Amino acid sequence: MKGRSVFQRMAAAPHIVWAVMFIVAPMLFVIYFAFTDEKGVFSWSNFASLAQYSNVFILSIAFALIATVICLLIGYPLAYFMSKAKPKTQKVLLVLLMLPMWCNLLIRTYALMALLDNGGLLNSLLESLGLGKLHIVGTNFGVILGMVYDFLPYMVLPIFTTMTKLDRRYIEASADLGCNSFQTMTKVVFPLTVSGIISGITMVFVPSISTFYISQKLGAGKIDLVGDTIERLFQNPSTYNVGAAISLIMMILIIVSVGIMNRFSDNDGGIIV
Amino acid sequence: MKILSKSYIFIIFALLYAPIVLLIVFSFNEAGSLNEFTGFSGVWYKELFNDEEAFNALKNSLILAVSSSLIATVIGTFGALGLHHMRKKYIKGAVNSVTNIPMMNPDIVTGVSMMLLFVAVAGFLHTQSFLGFWTMLVAHVTFNLPYVLLSVMPRFNQLDRSLSEAALDLGCTPSQAFFKVELPQIVPGIVSGLMLGFTMSLDDFVISHFVSSPDFQTLPLYVYNQTAHNVKFSMYALCALIVAIILAVLLIVNFAGSPKKKGAAKR
Repeated sequence: MKGRSVFQRMAAAPHIVWAVMFIVAPMLFVIYFAFTDEKGVFSWSNFASLAQYSNVFILSIAFALIATVICLLIGYPLAYFMSKAKPKTQKVLLVLLMLPMWCNLLIRTYALMALLDNGGLLNSLLESLGLGKLHIVGTNFGVILGMVYDFLPYMVLPIFTTMTKLDRRYIEASADLGCNSFQTMTKVVFPLTVSGIISGITMVFVPSISTFYISQKLGAGKIDLVGDTIERLFQNPSTYNVGAAISLIMMILIIVSVGIMNRFSDNDGGIIV
Repeated sequence: MKILSKSYIFIIFALLYAPIVLLIVFSFNEAGSLNEFTGFSGVWYKELFNDEEAFNALKNSLILAVSSSLIATVIGTFGALGLHHMRKKYIKGAVNSVTNIPMMNPDIVTGVSMMLLFVAVAGFLHTQSFLGFWTMLVAHVTFNLPYVLLSVMPRFNQLDRSLSEAALDLGCTPSQAFFKVELPQIVPGIVSGLMLGFTMSLDDFVISHFVSSPDFQTLPLYVYNQTAHNVKFSMYALCALIVAIILAVLLIVNFAGSPKKKGAAKR
């Protein structure tokens, strides 16, 4: 094989320079800001003040976990049923599933809020039926519902993709060997779609734990999540340092949890957006 | 069982679409209220089309999406070329993982990290904050890069080496061999990277939110600001229009070219 030319050697240079300047350097600045005070002097004070945010962290983790579990419980059967449909129907369903994903998150969240709001359609419908109002917006339930609504397609799509790739002969074989349909499900289908589940969980959990628009709209500003806290702290230069510390903690939290989850799947899941 | 699975699919999709359909229907509501439908009217669309700010935001969004996806595609394609020919595996792996950071990180962390960089540089130079178009461009190029690499890199790995070696034997310089032999084969990857970057950029709100200034507003930022307090009903019209455009694009991509090759629409 011939040696590499100057052209081949230098081709990646702009990419590497860009990555160092705008991916590595910003990360270093997060660390720098997290470990300094306002005047740029090294200090632990940002992390010491994190104790007051522990409730926010716990709430965010709990909400994201609940939303992820609900998405999985709703999404897994949906993906399974979709994969059993005729190829033509599958294609239509896939487009229907992708349309909300392509719509901006703000629009979807806002549309949901418009439906569920105290003066919204659902409540005026319930009132006209004499059932009284249902307070969803501004409650914990509302925020979790928003997460499930916004991110459900991100759970379904990767699971659906692994299901369509699944070799039908395995299912037939398990039936031939005496499994009933429930056993086929738990012993064959489920283990073979774990990689889809893992990427689905990642794609729901990460945006759920870091959201701030959903909690602003469906929490009516009453519910404070990590995302809201970071967003608020970065509106005022004097709180950048605490904000950086919280961002750093959240980043580590996500890296650790995604890392743990990836250990459960043998291949790397494949990122399907 | 058949009926059960069909009704399950139907119910979930109905719930998924209820708010969106409601939004579209009520964007035609004369009264500008969500409680009752008083009459069909295009008044909110008229208001939207007279809204200069919305048009400006749309223009800004398109400028930003086109320029950021083009820049990211050029940098990322050459990056993939360089990485493909790189001999040191650990450098290759390191560059790959670093490029993927913005894709793995929650958007809010990418957003604040870029903001801190710009703020720190502005502080270092003793200038005023320079958040605006250029910072947004840098941020958008950065989060588009992993998607370009993800679509182009596999194409390089599929290349038949003997073809470019033949070109070199027949007298091409390495750069000629790249442009005449390799480039045409990786074009599909480049195009999908470009499209992916374009849509990512159009769609982005969170990262833009942290690196933008009020004088350069994109469409998602405009929607955010308009929905922050009292909502103008023309927002419903805008959202309905966006949904309609996306639906049209999806239908065209998925069904118009169906006899040829599928898979192009799946990303």
